[in-house]
Amino acid sequence: MNRDNDKGKVLIYRSMILGAAELLLLLLLIFRLYYLQVYQADKYATLADENRISTRLLVPPRGIIYDRHQNLIAGNQQNFQVMMVAEQTTDVDETLEALKKIMPLDESEEKRVRKDLKRNRSFVPVKIKDNLSWEETTKILLNAPDLPGVFIDEGLSRYYPYKDMFAHVVGYVAAVSEKDEKDDPLLEVPGFKIGKSGIERLFDKELRGKAGNLKLEVNAIGRVMKEIERVDGVAGDKIELSLDLRLQQKAYELLGNESGAVVMMNVNTGEVLAFASAPAFDPNIFATGLSTEQWNELNGNMKKPLLNKAVSGLYSPGSTFKMVVGLAALESGMVGKQTRSFCAGKMNLGNHTFHCWKDAGHGYLDMVQALQHSCDIFFYETAQKIGINKIAEMARKFGLGQKTNVGIENEKSGLIPDTEWKRQRFGEPWQQGESIISGIGQGYILTTPVQLATMVSRIANGGYAVSPTFRKFDPKNGVVEAKSMGISPLNMEVVKQGMFEVMNAQGGTALRSGFNFKGQRMAGKTGTTQVRRITMKERMSGVLGQEELEWRLRNHALFVGYAPYDNPKYGVAVLVEHGGSGSGVAAPIGSKMLLEALKLDATDKPVD
Amino acid sequence: MYKAYETSFRNQSLGLVDKFWGISFSYVFLIMLLAAIGVTMLYSAANGSWEPWALRQLIRFGMGFAIMIVLAFFDVRIFLRYAYWFYFGVLALLIIVEIGGHVGMGAQRWINLGFMKLQPSELMKIALVLALARYFNSTSLQNIETVKGIIFPAMLVMVPVTLVMIQPDLGTALMLLFSAGAIFFVVGIQLWKFGVLALGAIVSMPVAWHFLHDYQKNRVLTFLDPERDPLGSGYHIIQSKIALGSGGVFGKGFLNGTQSHLNFLPEKHTDFIFTMLSEEFGMIGAVVVILINFLIIAYSYIFALRSTSYFGKLVAVGLTTNYFLYVMINIAMVLGLLPVVGIPLPLISYGGTVLLSVMTGFGIILAVNINRNINIGKD
Repeated sequence: MNRDNDKGKVLIYRSMILGAAELLLLLLLIFRLYYLQVYQADKYATLADENRISTRLLVPPRGIIYDRHQNLIAGNQQNFQVMMVAEQTTDVDETLEALKKIMPLDESEEKRVRKDLKRNRSFVPVKIKDNLSWEETTKILLNAPDLPGVFIDEGLSRYYPYKDMFAHVVGYVAAVSEKDEKDDPLLEVPGFKIGKSGIERLFDKELRGKAGNLKLEVNAIGRVMKEIERVDGVAGDKIELSLDLRLQQKAYELLGNESGAVVMMNVNTGEVLAFASAPAFDPNIFATGLSTEQWNELNGNMKKPLLNKAVSGLYSPGSTFKMVVGLAALESGMVGKQTRSFCAGKMNLGNHTFHCWKDAGHGYLDMVQALQHSCDIFFYETAQKIGINKIAEMARKFGLGQKTNVGIENEKSGLIPDTEWKRQRFGEPWQQGESIISGIGQGYILTTPVQLATMVSRIANGGYAVSPTFRKFDPKNGVVEAKSMGISPLNMEVVKQGMFEVMNAQGGTALRSGFNFKGQRMAGKTGTTQVRRITMKERMSGVLGQEELEWRLRNHALFVGYAPYDNPKYGVAVLVEHGGSGSGVAAPIGSKMLLEALKLDATDKPVD
Repeated sequence: MYKAYETSFRNQSLGLVDKFWGISFSYVFLIMLLAAIGVTMLYSAANGSWEPWALRQLIRFGMGFAIMIVLAFFDVRIFLRYAYWFYFGVLALLIIVEIGGHVGMGAQRWINLGFMKLQPSELMKIALVLALARYFNSTSLQNIETVKGIIFPAMLVMVPVTLVMIQPDLGTALMLLFSAGAIFFVVGIQLWKFGVLALGAIVSMPVAWHFLHDYQKNRVLTFLDPERDPLGSGYHIIQSKIALGSGGVFGKGFLNGTQSHLNFLPEKHTDFIFTMLSEEFGMIGAVVVILINFLIIAYSYIFALRSTSYFGKLVAVGLTTNYFLYVMINIAMVLGLLPVVGIPLPLISYGGTVLLSVMTGFGIILAVNINRNINIGKD
């Protein structure tokens, strides 16, 4: 049959078409292979590497902080932590129990550990406890056979050998928080700590160092298969501070149980040699993490150990401000070296009476004598004469009422009032009485101890605007070129002589604190500022002695001074909160600080 | 001029020795080569171990090889005689699976025979070819060209396709449909009928979409845009392309595929084994595998065309197309050209049923070749 023949032909014909089509399609797959494996090979090779390579940052050791004589102030200490890998232990509960017998673990810690173990994949090491003592570490190592999957991990933690002594100046490191600027991938590393306070914060970028890289091969679920490459990071820079351990030690020791601050500077370079605020705290607890009780204790303490009084404490400068008033007067030409005032113990303005600290009065005195005796009336009258704006201008030249920008956080700028300020602040004109009390550094005026140290250094060096710095001055970098403040040297001499008499002349308010060390003498000025108002009634019945008062009502004691008088090198400012009197409490501290510096200079290891 | 029905020197029956020498050794060699590559890749998939896949696959291949050789010795007329018996037997199994099959991979596809899990849908791929070949062998071209003449074969196709579809196993259902379509094409059904069918399919697509399971919809959507869910349904294909592309021309070397050995590539021992091979042996390895398959298919067509019987030709073409569909769909799938439908790469992917199914097919194709001069009547 014809059709049968056709049926066979159709089959052959169409089979050939089908076969050809199938074979062609198969070959077309090769084009796709070419596209993926040749044309896009690089792209996919990169993607494959991104899949398999996990890059981790290696945290570099933090830079070491030294004082000016290479004494270690902040270093790194080996830190042991105990870790556990769930899959390497036969029974997690059993192992944890065995571990608890060796090393106590409180309930909340245990809860966290169990949560972490549950949450992470079984090959991920989970931290059980860090900052192990040496004893705990050795115990765990000795019991290793009973603790499968448990191992000791070493890391570095920040260590401050002098504990609270440098707390407010060197500061501390702590975990990165939400608000910290994330400018460095290191900050994303879990457990990484950055400088949060003081010099640790100020020089953080230098101290941090450069992260290293660890390239690991991981599988799809994140298990590490092998190490591919390790590039070690660069350790942080070592920082040499201007601070002198011995002077810092002395300052902190002299403050003792008081609440106060001592700032000592090199008057020619601005280098801060001692910078203490008391009471302080142990910064090591911030590096290891502090407990709620520790925090509450620090926070609740009446003497405010967490407050850096040297930069954040605001105090009326009191009589230590008199040099500024004196210089303003001398520079204005309205008062001369010889100009004398009569102190009768009080003066009247309208129906208000202003008292000198000495009820009997000082009689006639010139500026040098007025400083020597710290006569209030003299400076009341002087301030009245020249007005607040001249005083404010001079005060600002000495760095008062503005931040010194020494680099410690929460620095306060203080306040130097003038007529413009009063008008803007209260919308009221300046009162003459306000000028009068400003003459003795009271009223609106507020300063910080670091400002006072800057002020006294600028007086001591003859009127050069040095600024406090924590970097050790390197003579290789040339000399410190502080700008002259343009104050007449003769006028400077008057004030400096007054400060000399305070310490060395009969009747000087701090004569008891003066010294003569191998012919080197000091100059200074005391200050005592009231924190309460003395009522007329109390004045009539006799002012209460400081010892009779509650601590928080006692006067603040201040002192600024420098030495040697002939060739000034060291300036110091001392503040003792509620210390009673400047001459009785602050001046001895300032004097001892200066004497210590001079004594050290006489040894084979001078301060400089 | 080639005469399809040349019957001048046909030997009605061959001796065993003649049959043995009738086996195409190069064909068998190509099959063994592919299986060897498969076992090698399974060894690598287990990170350089015979366990758990390579050894078992080798044993299964041995069994499959035996089946192939035994079938090669069969007289083609036996296939013709029992085509419907076989077809309806397998259809019964499919129904059994539908009623109480073993649950595997979210779809009921298995019958547990104890020593192995039998997948009737795989057997159906062969049974359908045989049944259709028997039908078209017996009918006339006139009949084929009428609508009435294709109602029965269409039924033969649609019943199992429907059963497989509701398992649900979309991949296998489509494969059945495609290989049946290929047979319908070669027997001479007019092209316009395919056109009408295609049109109907396109029109009914939105309706069909409605009946797809969520995971099937996902697969299609993922194929259209793998990035829409890179960690979910798009993960397979993205990782597969990364593995392939990163293999480059020469590959990363045996046992050195990072994507596969670090488990970024899923199903590397089954559906995505071609990806793993391309990662480790590069484009060169991939092209070699494609070319071996090319040769196997080309040989099969030569065998089909050399057969003097209509039935033999049709059976060979049907079974070859079936094999082609496996290879094409699997490779196109891992290359990101088709949605991920769960079709393995025969002879290379791990899995017993598919291996036995394609070896059965090869056995029948060999038998067609050996019996190429045997006259087969219309029934």
